[in-house]
Amino acid sequence: MLLYVLRRLLTAIPTLFVIVTLAFFLMRVAPGGPFNQERGLSPEIRANLEAQFGLGDPLWLQYVNYLNNLLHGNFGPSYNLPDFTVTELFAAGLPISAQLGASALILALLLGSMLGIIAALNQNKVGDYTVIAIATAGSTIPTFVIAPVIQLVFGLTWHLLPIGGWGDGALLNKIGPILTLALPQMAIVARLMRGSMIESLRSHHIRTARAMGLSDWSVVVKHALRGAVLPIVSFAGPAAAALLTGSVIVETIFSIPGVGRYFVEAALNRDYTLVMGTVVVIAIFTILFNLIVDIMYAVVDPRVRYD
Amino acid sequence: MHKFLRATMLATSLVVAGGAFMTPAFAEVVYNRGNSADPESLDPHKTSTVYEAHILRDLFEGLVMQDQKADVIPGAAESWTVSDDGLVYTFKLRSGGVWSDGSPVTAEDFVYSFRRLEDPATGAEYASMLYVIKNGEEVNTGKAKPEEMGVKAIDASTLEITLKAPTPYFLEMLTHQSAYPVNKAAIDKLGADWIKPGNLVSNGAYTLAEFVPNDHIKLTKNAKFHDAANVKIDVVNYIPTEDRSTAMKRFEAGELDSNDDIPTEQMADLKAKFGDQLRIGAYLGTYYYAIKTDKAPWDNPKLRNAISEAIDRDFLAEKVWQNSMIPGYSMVPPGIEGYSPALASFAEKSQIDREEEASKVLAELGYGPDKPLKMEIRYNTSENHKNTAVAIQEQLKPLGIEVSLLNTDTKTHYGHLEQKGDFDVARAGWIADYKDPETFLGISRKASGNNYSNYNSPAYEAAMDKAAAAGGKPEERLKLLSDAERILIDDVGQIPLLYYSYKNLVSSKLKGFDENVMDVHPTRFVSKD
Repeated sequence: MLLYVLRRLLTAIPTLFVIVTLAFFLMRVAPGGPFNQERGLSPEIRANLEAQFGLGDPLWLQYVNYLNNLLHGNFGPSYNLPDFTVTELFAAGLPISAQLGASALILALLLGSMLGIIAALNQNKVGDYTVIAIATAGSTIPTFVIAPVIQLVFGLTWHLLPIGGWGDGALLNKIGPILTLALPQMAIVARLMRGSMIESLRSHHIRTARAMGLSDWSVVVKHALRGAVLPIVSFAGPAAAALLTGSVIVETIFSIPGVGRYFVEAALNRDYTLVMGTVVVIAIFTILFNLIVDIMYAVVDPRVRYD
Repeated sequence: MHKFLRATMLATSLVVAGGAFMTPAFAEVVYNRGNSADPESLDPHKTSTVYEAHILRDLFEGLVMQDQKADVIPGAAESWTVSDDGLVYTFKLRSGGVWSDGSPVTAEDFVYSFRRLEDPATGAEYASMLYVIKNGEEVNTGKAKPEEMGVKAIDASTLEITLKAPTPYFLEMLTHQSAYPVNKAAIDKLGADWIKPGNLVSNGAYTLAEFVPNDHIKLTKNAKFHDAANVKIDVVNYIPTEDRSTAMKRFEAGELDSNDDIPTEQMADLKAKFGDQLRIGAYLGTYYYAIKTDKAPWDNPKLRNAISEAIDRDFLAEKVWQNSMIPGYSMVPPGIEGYSPALASFAEKSQIDREEEASKVLAELGYGPDKPLKMEIRYNTSENHKNTAVAIQEQLKPLGIEVSLLNTDTKTHYGHLEQKGDFDVARAGWIADYKDPETFLGISRKASGNNYSNYNSPAYEAAMDKAAAAGGKPEERLKLLSDAERILIDDVGQIPLLYYSYKNLVSSKLKGFDENVMDVHPTRFVSKD
């Protein structure tokens, strides 16, 4: 197992290298640059600015320099927020995005699984239809609708939650964003769980368990759930990578200083270093969580072995 | 939990005590100020936008500043004299003026700061602001050494600035953030980290306490500021409000005391809901279309004029922009004292007459149903830019002009324009850096990097030069500038469409947030009930 993990981590290095290289050159294909804006700059002033950030060098040299800096853990300064290095921006924002994302994921997994199980046990009855209705609504109503509704209802009408802002991490400020992030994921988890639970309940070993006179609780929780949880595990990996690196919509609407916004903002601003930083961080998260999913598989499913 | 309880009890008792004795003198006055975007930087020499300007105006004090009406008032300099030829400005610095670390603000600080702005190594976007100073441009383009710039410290409190040519708006220019002083000792010691909270040494009414990107910038009152006794707000939090709808809700919930923008599509609702707290008025900015004047068929001024004439600006302002913009017929918007903008010849006519005239001209030029005129409008991503272009597309259709639209993101758009890429018509806008027609007319000069139209008229260049030469006589100069604008407008070197408005949402609790054409609101003049 340990060997397997090591091997996987080692193969991540060439993967990352390819991603970084592709991203670096693809980004430069986009027209315009970090210093194009409403107010034009004279060629001399532009040259001064570009010299500051080494943008005047030939592209291959910029690439070599970037890789070299990256190997030393230096993501470079942000072009559009020169007061901060990319590392500083992530150090400030990533914990916030990760905290909201992790909370939302846990909430989605717990509630979603519960709803899924309830639906599966009441297949084609009222409970089932209710869950299906909730799940369909949750996965079809976009977050940019859910978020303002939460603000309107809980913030403006009932005065229970603040409208937006991080509030130095106050619990109340987190509720809106977490709910918004969790709802669509919860809907997916519920649907997955319902499907796999129904299937699992029909399998031979469950029939055997029932024939042996085990209690309902024991059949569902101890035996059926173990098999049914596998699709959730494979869903949770990529979902975690996406949630923990922040959401541009949720962070913008709730004015949350996370890193989700950088993915879109940096690309639009041609903030090359920040785009690269975002790509690297998301790539690492994705690789890492895929690995965790594979390990979890081995833990949950005795049929899976990596030795 | 204990901590929370204690804090609550303390807060409650404070409120009760304050209420009981009616002397909440120890309560901090906090102003939560919505600002559409975070600053790019807090280094005055590395900034360019109005979002930074709001914050820097509170942190730093230039030689001269703007008051709540955007008029020039003494800043770090208490007085100044100008030589008869208008070339040499001598500033007397305020005695006892200090930085937030207690060290005195000296003439040498300004010499250092102005040289730093122009030093190519600084990479200042707004270096061109002080090109009016002798050798400013030469230093910035590497043709002269920083020491050769026309700034000199006569003694610790006397600064002498020599200009390239008489520049009547020089004092107005000095109110721009790029002319603010920075602290040499702090920069030498801390390098790039000098702008971080705790490090930043400034000389304005406030000092930097916190900067959490995308969350807030907290400024606290600078007790060492010369006018600290009259500064009423103790803490101002600049809160980036990228999402304007959220900003409206936060304002309504009391989380913001003001915001500098509104979602214009909700204009009617906002007016009903907020009444007087919604403040809209003329702002020095022009929304225009650049048209390639050196490319056929747009090189024909008659054709350009017909297109400009056919555009229904009242419709754009009213229907597309919900009256958050004003119909515009000149490049220089109204609002500059002593200057009368040169309006397009058709400005006084009715829209029906204009369209009739325009279609006549188009027919004369041979365009019609059999030979439609094809025109492409480029615009940068924004719902309102799109709606404007679509409206114009519809307005030009009856004249037999087939308009196609091309939308790109902002960076691509301006990258294309600046690199002189090919286009027919392209959306652009210009906001005044200082209160003078020059800022609007300069962008149509042959050599300007912002002359996207490639407008090149010897008559206009001569008229602008003539106005510049009359620098010593302000009234005559403004008259000459107006003559120059007349040439530009009659030539349709650009197609002005709308004048900008400021759109502020200001709580009725705030006083001193006065309306002005520059949309300048220094926190030191604001108070909160």
